[in-house]
Amino acid sequence: MTLNLLPTGRSATITKIHSKNAERRRMFDLGILPGTRIENVMPSPLGDPIAYRVRSSVVALRTEQAELIEIEETLELK
Amino acid sequence: MSVALANDCGGCATGCNTAQLTRLGIKSDGFDYIIALAGNPNTGKSTIFNKLTGLHQHVGNWAGKTVARAEGAFNLNNKKFKIVDLPGTYSLLSTSVDEEIARDFVLFGKPDVTIVVADATRLERNLNLVLQILEITDRVVVAVNLMDEAKRNDLTVDERALSRDLGVPVIPMTARRGEGVNELLNAVEKVAGGGYAARPHRIKYSDEKIENAVQTLAKQLNETFENLPNARWVALRLLEGDESIIRAVREQTLGNLKQSRGFPQLVQLEV
Ligand SMILES: Nc1nc2c(ncn2[C@@H]2O[C@H](COP(=O)(O)OP(=O)(O)O)[C@@H](O)[C@H]2O)c(=O)[nH]1
Ligand SMILES: [Mg+2]
Repeated sequence: MTLNLLPTGRSATITKIHSKNAERRRMFDLGILPGTRIENVMPSPLGDPIAYRVRSSVVALRTEQAELIEIEETLELK
Repeated sequence: MSVALANDCGGCATGCNTAQLTRLGIKSDGFDYIIALAGNPNTGKSTIFNKLTGLHQHVGNWAGKTVARAEGAFNLNNKKFKIVDLPGTYSLLSTSVDEEIARDFVLFGKPDVTIVVADATRLERNLNLVLQILEITDRVVVAVNLMDEAKRNDLTVDERALSRDLGVPVIPMTARRGEGVNELLNAVEKVAGGGYAARPHRIKYSDEKIENAVQTLAKQLNETFENLPNARWVALRLLEGDESIIRAVREQTLGNLKQSRGFPQLVQLEV
């Protein structure tokens, strides 16, 4: 599944990043890389971009960026 | 305006010499040392800049306010320091204009010391830039700012362990209250004067092929560009496919990278 399909309030682990070149580099610089936990915090008023929490920071990604990030949903252990 | 910074000296009863700081605003000629101030957006760079220079660089909580670099000066123990407040960046390797300004200054401006300001509450992400700068230069002081916020969130920072791991001085600060400024100045003075033996943490490439390619390229770069400050770093960018560096090498403009171009829209929200 890809990140754009992760529901609000849910977390997942990133497994693969298909972004290319500068965009790929930028993802890495924001701490978005395979193995990283990521949470859908909230959508913007228009639903795009969506705010994600990653490594204690919040980053907004557009749908076409989130579509390139593969994730594996993980069970929330409360 | 001459100010003795005697605050926040708690804990070091002896051996904590109070720095003699004179803020010089933008008065500028004949410097002994040049200091670069780098860091992620909103880490308190401009706050630190203002404390040191007596200037009033805009301070606020939105990104992109340090449009280009701002310069100021201060006198410390009879040495004159020029300090350059760089735009906030998460990286020196991506493609925004801000990142190129910061990268070019750290790489080609030959600062005597680069202060990297990091957010204590987001240390993991901030260390990305710290490690990138350590790849370029070992004349670095890491200022871990927003320690008050960290405490509020029950976070503690082991600055000694961090300093040992990074191989450069690490100074915890709450810049808004002036805490840590004195310690920062002591560290900057020590690094600037060559009195600190840095052991910068650098990524090692275990793959022999990469190492060979880097060395071959670095040698060619050194032959092509006179006074290139860090050929190894440039070689690594070339191998990585960094378009702005490739273009600069092709057009023989390395050291004067002024290209601007669009970059992916990524909005930084503070929540
Ligand atoms: N709580 C706290 N806030 C700080 C501290 N230092 C700076 N700030 C605030 O953080 C925000 C960003 O500071 P600024 O100096 O503009 O950061 P810059 O983007 O890195 O130049 C401002 O609202 C500052 O007042 C600090 O030590 N503690
Ligand atoms: Mg600023």
